[in-house]
Amino acid sequence: MFYTKHILGAALTATLLSIAPVQAEEVIKLATTTSTENSGLLKELLPTFEAHSGYKVQVIATGTGKALALGRQGDVDLVMTHAPAAEAKFVEEGFGSEPRGIMENDFVILGPKNDPANIKGSTSAEEAFGKIAAAGVPFISRGDDSGTHKKELKIWQAANVKPEFKGYTSVGQGMGKTLLMTNELQGYTLTDRGTYIAYKGKLDLDIDFEGGATLANPYQVILINAAKHPNLNHKGAKALSDWLISAEGQKMISEFKVQGEQLFKATYRQ
Amino acid sequence: MSQSWFELIQQALGLLFSLDKDLWSIIWVSFGVSLAALLITLLPSMLLGFVLAFKQFPGRHFVLNLVQTLQSIPTVVIGLLVYLLLTRMGPLGDLRWLFTQQGMILGQMLICAPVLIAMSQAAFTSADRRAWETALTLGASLPRAILMVSGELRGPLLLAVIAAFSRIVTEVGCSMMVGGNIEYVTRNIPTAIALETSKGDFAQAIALGLVLLFLAIIMNFALGNLRGKNQVRSH
Repeated sequence: MFYTKHILGAALTATLLSIAPVQAEEVIKLATTTSTENSGLLKELLPTFEAHSGYKVQVIATGTGKALALGRQGDVDLVMTHAPAAEAKFVEEGFGSEPRGIMENDFVILGPKNDPANIKGSTSAEEAFGKIAAAGVPFISRGDDSGTHKKELKIWQAANVKPEFKGYTSVGQGMGKTLLMTNELQGYTLTDRGTYIAYKGKLDLDIDFEGGATLANPYQVILINAAKHPNLNHKGAKALSDWLISAEGQKMISEFKVQGEQLFKATYRQ
Repeated sequence: MSQSWFELIQQALGLLFSLDKDLWSIIWVSFGVSLAALLITLLPSMLLGFVLAFKQFPGRHFVLNLVQTLQSIPTVVIGLLVYLLLTRMGPLGDLRWLFTQQGMILGQMLICAPVLIAMSQAAFTSADRRAWETALTLGASLPRAILMVSGELRGPLLLAVIAAFSRIVTEVGCSMMVGGNIEYVTRNIPTAIALETSKGDFAQAIALGLVLLFLAIIMNFALGNLRGKNQVRSH
């Protein structure tokens, strides 16, 4: 026992030392949500930006809650998230600056192919949620404070349902994992369309409800306030934010397709 | 950090002592699942350890090597294996055990069995065979003789139990994959810590970490005591 600890320690140190330190100048740390990462959008966009600017972007993909927390703590140079209320607070409290709406996609309600709660043909997302709760079928919630989770809680509130009914399953995981769990448990869930399309081939589920103003999902990119955290790569963060709203960036966002479907609509307005 | 360390620890202790429902449900799930896995695996594993130590049979070396190898398999690999067994398309899909406590218990059984077998085998190998043979000659039944030898080896066997339990109560990979971290059902201490950290809520993560730390301290003391006793006894 005693020796293994030493050997482990030595091995760990060696590993850490062998990773060549990347120059802090050139790295931009971007905290974003699992939906932009899982869909493959960033893998499409970032190489082009990197080739132009010479910066290297490191992506930390978590839920919106954690992404904003990382921004608050000055652990990242900028954030790209999709929870308007939380983002407004983030900017108001002076942690974020220059919020820019860059794109949107939408949420859909997935469920088993036979639609046991009979939500097809509902007139609104709230009505669909009400039917799911009344039927007592499993509803799988991300439960991780992400943008998607916050959106889901808002819909329950609007539907006047306490998310405590039999069948409400809070899993505290990212979007992709939650979809796989929904598939296994053959329940309903709320997901962004991007992750759904990326996982479509693996799922035995259908879009049982889509559309309506409630399910719109706008994304913002927000810089970190230099007054709060002066020692970040603000220049790089600004360059990335500028590129995302440039004609080229916006065009690439709109042209990004997964399995032949457009995922995001570029929305930046001068 | 928007909060100081001191505030966070204060909050964490507050959660623990105010009997916060969510927190104690997590602790309850953790101990319930891990104890169940340990108790189901305990006797068969120890018997196998005994047989491996006391009996010669073809393939014994192979089994021994296998068990020792399995001890060091990462828990995520076991998680993957159990996931593939239990998934809807998997061979045991009809059980519908994926994302349930039963599934978690199965995974943890596979994690703690090799530890129990290997460590009890090592303990039994160190036993005094003469006592065993004398007991049998004097007409003790087989189970009685095994019990007697085990009684002699209380210390090292308890060591095996504690090592196995601490391995499963702290593992996160398999619990996350097979249990799915469902609130009030399969959310245990390690998966909850992973989740709270990813949410940026450190108070609850710290409270849970304190529980594990406390457990580790108790177990280490117990181990230290047992080790001490063993050394005295073997001289």
